[in-house]
Amino acid sequence: MSVGLYGAYGGRYVPETLVPALDELAQAWAAAQEDEAFRNELDGLLVTYAGRPTPLTLAERFVPGKRLYLKREDLLHTGAHKLNNALGQALLAIRLGKQRIVAETGAGQHGVAVATVCARFGLECAVHMGAEDMRRQRPNVERIRLLGAEVRPVEFGTQTLKEATSEAVRDWLATVETSYYLIGSCVGPHPYPEMVRELQSVIGTEAREQILEAEGRLPDAAVACVGGGSNAIGLFSGFLDDDVRLVGVEAEGAASLVRGRPGVLHGARSSLLADEDGQVLDAHSSAPGLDYPGVGPEHAFLRDTGRAEYVSVGDAEALEAFRRLSRTEGIIPALEPAHALAHVAKHDVELVVLCLSGRGDKDLAEVVGL
Amino acid sequence: MKRLAVYLMCGADTPELAEAAVEGGADLIELGFPFSDPLADGPVIRRAAEQALAAGMRTAACLKCLASVRERVGVPLVPMTYASLLEAYGYERFAADAEAAGAASLIVADLPAGERPELRRVQLVAPTSTDERLRLAAEHTDGWLYLVTLTGKTGARDRLSPHLAGLVSRARTITNLPLCAGFGISTPQQARAASELADGIVVGSRAIEVAEEGPRALRDYVSTLRAAIDSAVPAIID
Repeated sequence: MSVGLYGAYGGRYVPETLVPALDELAQAWAAAQEDEAFRNELDGLLVTYAGRPTPLTLAERFVPGKRLYLKREDLLHTGAHKLNNALGQALLAIRLGKQRIVAETGAGQHGVAVATVCARFGLECAVHMGAEDMRRQRPNVERIRLLGAEVRPVEFGTQTLKEATSEAVRDWLATVETSYYLIGSCVGPHPYPEMVRELQSVIGTEAREQILEAEGRLPDAAVACVGGGSNAIGLFSGFLDDDVRLVGVEAEGAASLVRGRPGVLHGARSSLLADEDGQVLDAHSSAPGLDYPGVGPEHAFLRDTGRAEYVSVGDAEALEAFRRLSRTEGIIPALEPAHALAHVAKHDVELVVLCLSGRGDKDLAEVVGL
Repeated sequence: MKRLAVYLMCGADTPELAEAAVEGGADLIELGFPFSDPLADGPVIRRAAEQALAAGMRTAACLKCLASVRERVGVPLVPMTYASLLEAYGYERFAADAEAAGAASLIVADLPAGERPELRRVQLVAPTSTDERLRLAAEHTDGWLYLVTLTGKTGARDRLSPHLAGLVSRARTITNLPLCAGFGISTPQQARAASELADGIVVGSRAIEVAEEGPRALRDYVSTLRAAIDSAVPAIID
């Protein structure tokens, strides 16, 4: 009876009110994938609006002795990979006849991407964001508002992505007949993890072609940071069937794969930071996009099967990598992929493709203060 | 007679409060086992859960609380919680230990019909549920169906949801099981109107608020609900 399973993970752990909407969404998603017009419209927008394909840049000075290629999602319109997903889901919302979009955001990158597509398609938009994240990602709050969306502060609990996600789900519960919930990562109840993975798989598909073009061979490893895990699953999906190591890098204080236990949060069974009673613990990271105690169920499955490996990196190392990439390559990364960069410097492989999931402008105020 | 269910959060005062609710006319007590991220709950129950967790009401303490309530009152007791607690404790073990502590059944707010079918529990249905989902829930439920009156989270509302009548009428064509309506019922007027449609009502957020004023206030509040639903005249639904 359960749907959307990745081994023992995934599923649909939601109040009954949402089940019919998830069924409708799963059907619409399946139909859209079969529909050439949908595919063509999305591919066209990815090229003409979002700026795909993004380049694959060889970073020659960052880690001498390795061939490190950066998949430049930071160059995508709105400055992060989030737009790939937001565009696809917005087209789906329109197919479903929904005029109002609900979303959560942590770092604000997903919030900006959603506000952007809502402006582009003339949809009403409410973005739930933790008050603490609003404080530390001020520029993104201003961008979301400038784009015409409403930012709803979440002022209880951790005041970060966990609570913002809960509030977005509660908003959707109350407005499910007229609203579309545009989730930002490969988390949540079925069909979201699968849908977000497919929409982000463009990262891996392009990266695979580009590295073959540049080096004439596949990389030794594909590396990405993991919060909810959407940029990582997008990159990994291009190399799943290859002899390529897949490495996910979590933040030390939010390492739900490295240190988690099975649990249920926000509609899916996955690996969580939780105590022995199943109470979800607070995550802590300087990178708001990684500051989440859960992770997409497919990552928990890839960890258990051994197909992907997951490690964690602390705030200080990430910050050092943030500064070093800026000085050695002239690229200011977001704090989230800076975690992946920090790990690569230690990783014993020669040829690496790393997903540079976003640019760091949003983090400048925080970094200067750190 | 119409059934009146009252929701209380597990805590030190809960046995005394449950006794007061039963004196006031409650004939079922739902006992909240608090969860850190209660998706289906509005601000009142969410805050009550935060306070209960801060006071140490983890699963073992909640089961003890359940047993203490069992010693004080004779009505059915139904723990209401979220799947994460059962994941951590073990689904079968949770069901067995809750039963041993005096639970009549369970409600798991984020475990819709179809997920974990082996776990006996009261299923919730909502205005958005299709007839197919109503049938599945009726087939799997434990004794009665919990009708969520509105699309949204728990919490008091100004008026009874206009969706309840349609949901009751659809559910009646599918099942003969008792139907209890909850979410958004707080005033005697709403209680009466809801019980004219359904076989019983559940009061949560408002009961939690009144319980903060103590057992006497809770008993008086519950007795006004009791009087309201006992005066209900069954509505004819087509």
